Amino acid sequence: MLALAAVTAGYGAFTALWDVSLRVEAGEAVAVVGPNGAGKTTLLRAISGLIAPRAGSVVFEGAELAGHPPYDIVAHGIAHVPEGRRLFPQLTVAENLKMGAYLPSARARFRESLERVYALFPALAERPRQRAGSLSGGEQQMLAVGRALMSRPKLILLDEPSMGLAPVMVLRLFDLIRRVREEGYTILAVEQNVRQVLKLVDRAYLLEVGRIKMEGRAADLAEQDFIRKASVGF
Amino acid sequence: MIAPIFLLEAVVNGVLLGGVLALLALGLNLIFGVIDIVWVAYVDLVALCMYAVYFLVTLYHWPVWLAGLGAVGVGVVLGLLVHLLIISPILTSPPINQFLATGGLLFFIQSFATLLWSTDHRSVRVTLPTLEVAGIFISFARLIAFVLSILAMIALYLFLTRTYTGTAIRAVSQDREAIALMGARPRRLYLVTSAVGGAMAGIAGALFSIQYAVHPYFGNAFGPLTFMICVLGGLGNMVGAFFAAFIIAQVISVGGVLVSTEMGYVIAFVIFIVLMFVRPGGIFARRA
Repeated sequence: MLALAAVTAGYGAFTALWDVSLRVEAGEAVAVVGPNGAGKTTLLRAISGLIAPRAGSVVFEGAELAGHPPYDIVAHGIAHVPEGRRLFPQLTVAENLKMGAYLPSARARFRESLERVYALFPALAERPRQRAGSLSGGEQQMLAVGRALMSRPKLILLDEPSMGLAPVMVLRLFDLIRRVREEGYTILAVEQNVRQVLKLVDRAYLLEVGRIKMEGRAADLAEQDFIRKASVGF
Repeated sequence: MIAPIFLLEAVVNGVLLGGVLALLALGLNLIFGVIDIVWVAYVDLVALCMYAVYFLVTLYHWPVWLAGLGAVGVGVVLGLLVHLLIISPILTSPPINQFLATGGLLFFIQSFATLLWSTDHRSVRVTLPTLEVAGIFISFARLIAFVLSILAMIALYLFLTRTYTGTAIRAVSQDREAIALMGARPRRLYLVTSAVGGAMAGIAGALFSIQYAVHPYFGNAFGPLTFMICVLGGLGNMVGAFFAAFIIAQVISVGGVLVSTEMGYVIAFVIFIVLMFVRPGGIFARRA
């Protein structure tokens, strides 16, 4: 479904990703783990078009997307839940979800999508008129995921969904992501919470200082010293 | 001592003036709130729209209401031109450059209008009746301007809250990157915002032209007032600007009757200066 080949990307003179290749098959959940500063966020930003890769290709369902703007890439079916959630804080919960359905194809199915998101995240259904900025951290993350689902994506990119959440909330959030998965969405997540994310995904890649260092099935990786490497970087 | 009836008349006139001032302030505030740039020449665009009404009526013999609609179209085109020719190339420059560029536009428009049309005061000379309600005299032109301003602001409110494009315009000012991830094109949203801001200038121009004569320096009469209202309400705060417009209009109108017309403006600006010391974020700013 998604194939990255030799993607190199960075900001200005700084290169954060070197020659990264990875694949995500339809229906799969894949994690990219690695210590802080490994380039995980840059990887997702290069896929969703927030930065243009300097070299390499990003192919999604046969279409080359490298260098395309984000509004074009989301129209191809890739929704990005960015680092730090990036909600519209002054807009209400309902308005944030409405913005998620901005694409013409998504607008046509707005009501249906909204019901699905509210069914997945009942906490959001209880407060449609509340400003997004005044939600709790966990609710904000639910809204960020719900907003991404509103575009009717085929692939969801999740950037550190557990960041800044209380431990109890982290567990609940991973449960919710599992439910999103069961709905049939393909997921590519980057996470520092390695132990939790390995329980959720089929396969994982280890990213270190901008390069893929290891790859394998989540169950196998959990056995090895992968977790220590992914968490502390050596 | 001023008779209560004159005071009441001043209050009514203040409310009517407030409607048009609010419309001006909302147009300017929309641009600032979304694109983060102050169109210093905003009221000069309004003056150009007034010229459009004048020439459509006197040269082409359009009825005034149709010329007013034409002015709204002129406003939209002017808004788009200002964005494409002046704002877009300097979108990421330091604010001082943007300020100088739109400030330069002000001098350009004023000089250009003087060159083309001289400094004559031009008016479409519509003779509208004056209403008398319970001993108070109300200009019919002012009443029309007030009602249409309120309707235009309601339309703007519905656009910004009910439509996808309007909501995205509010969203792009909060997170430009995130709205692109939703599938919207930020640059196109800026263009729509500029067109809407231009339309508001066109409506204000049409409504002014039935009350005032236009001349090249018309913008100087209402420009500073409009900024003052925007700053008082909190730059970018639409609701704040709406109420600030009515407060300032009341001060000008009632102050004008109690003391003198000039003193009405002096009092308004003194209140503004004092409030800027007391509440620099605007009277409606939430305390951090």
